[in-house]
Amino acid sequence: MIRVVLPLHLRTLSKVDGEVQLDIGGLVTTNTILDALEARYPMLRGTIRDHETRARRPRVRFFAVEEDVTHDSPDARLPEAIATGAAPFLIIGAIAGG
Amino acid sequence: MTAIRVLVGTRKGAFILTSDAKRRKWSVEGPHFAGWEIYHVAGSPVNPDRIFASQTSSWFGQIIQRSDDGGKNWIQPGSDASVPSDNAGMPQGESNKFVYDTSDDTGKPLTTHQWYDGTQHPWEFERVWHLEPSLSDPDTVYAGVEDAALFRSTDGGVTWHELAGLRGHVSGPSWQPGAGGLCLHTIVMDPENEDRMFVAISAAGAFRTDDGGFTWKPINCGLVSEYIPEPTAEVGHCVHRIAIHPTRPHVLFMQKHWDVMRSDDAGETWHEVSGNLPSDFGFPVAVHAHEPETIYVVPIESDSLHYPPDAKLRVYRSRNGGNEWEALTEGLPQEHCYVNVLRDAMAVDTADPCGIYFGTTGGQVYASANEGDSWAPIVRDLPAVLSVEVQTLS
Repeated sequence: MIRVVLPLHLRTLSKVDGEVQLDIGGLVTTNTILDALEARYPMLRGTIRDHETRARRPRVRFFAVEEDVTHDSPDARLPEAIATGAAPFLIIGAIAGG
Repeated sequence: MTAIRVLVGTRKGAFILTSDAKRRKWSVEGPHFAGWEIYHVAGSPVNPDRIFASQTSSWFGQIIQRSDDGGKNWIQPGSDASVPSDNAGMPQGESNKFVYDTSDDTGKPLTTHQWYDGTQHPWEFERVWHLEPSLSDPDTVYAGVEDAALFRSTDGGVTWHELAGLRGHVSGPSWQPGAGGLCLHTIVMDPENEDRMFVAISAAGAFRTDDGGFTWKPINCGLVSEYIPEPTAEVGHCVHRIAIHPTRPHVLFMQKHWDVMRSDDAGETWHEVSGNLPSDFGFPVAVHAHEPETIYVVPIESDSLHYPPDAKLRVYRSRNGGNEWEALTEGLPQEHCYVNVLRDAMAVDTADPCGIYFGTTGGQVYASANEGDSWAPIVRDLPAVLSVEVQTLS
């Protein structure tokens, strides 16, 4: 079971309390996680990646097992710890403020 | 009239303020969508309990919210997981999908507009600035967006389609953004002619359609803007807001970047009515609900100093359609005031006497239950107010 941690505003939007658990049969990549996430929570479509191009929104980041995988290919295999659920896949709103 | 409902959009959420007919005691409810920028909240004139909200974030993009019970509960239209799947097997969730029309069949789609550096730049959707529910159909609502375009939903906000004839106007490649972006922020519908609509774009100007949105013409004759190379150009003006009285939809009032303007021929020609205002820079303009010649503006010092002249927050009222203005100050701060009132942040109710409402970038929402003669804050410390709409409920 894949574990996904959403940022606060997307947890609110999708009415999720805590982590999301997704069952992905097959290769575990950023795109397959996001596909499964959007299938379960369609209100998240367009909030993490573009509706049409499926490109990541500029201020969204992806972390996996203490690595920033934001700029890796979204179709690249993620670490085994993500695939087994030992570690969560983190979706982060980029830091900004003042 | 039994109640007033004020819909407030702020930088950090939406708030709903309600009062009985006396308009003295108010309840403040919110924030809805806490932490998100709420550019606009607007109710359907046909079904006041149907309310649309534009929820936006530089991080997570655009969300459209809809309530069918007067703001108690909200949904993202069409985003229920139980709705039918599309061809790719994904659930439909397209209420936040605003895709510019590039088809050969409709309008004259463009691929670029002018950018800050003078180069051509692709149209890129950023956010919905303004939602304008239809006057006759609760399922139809228009959205003015950045980069400037007009979208329409006919299914209660589930799906959106561009009226591409506007962006496809021959002047489109010359449109360029103002400081706030290239945004379509004003939509005014003619209650006597369902095929006629007015929109305003910063910084392109005002446009009118007489065929339900298929074709558009610039209506900027008479505007003079010293900040553009050709001050009387057909397009390129930074129009901030347009307002009409529903019984006289051919009479338009405009607050431009500088200058308060009036048209008596549905925008064909304009003349200045700034008169004795202390500054004719500002953002909102509103028309009294029962007196078509009574109008309101909030003067701001200048384009460089977005706060009231002399640090005194004053609404100005003209009883004769402009030129002669009186300051309305009772109950408003008359020293050390450095807030702004944005273009969508002033509205009127239809009670008698007419009520006027506005919100500030300092988070105050002021109300007057006597046509502006005196004011009192409904609430003082909200996040910066982006928009104020009023529903008069029966």
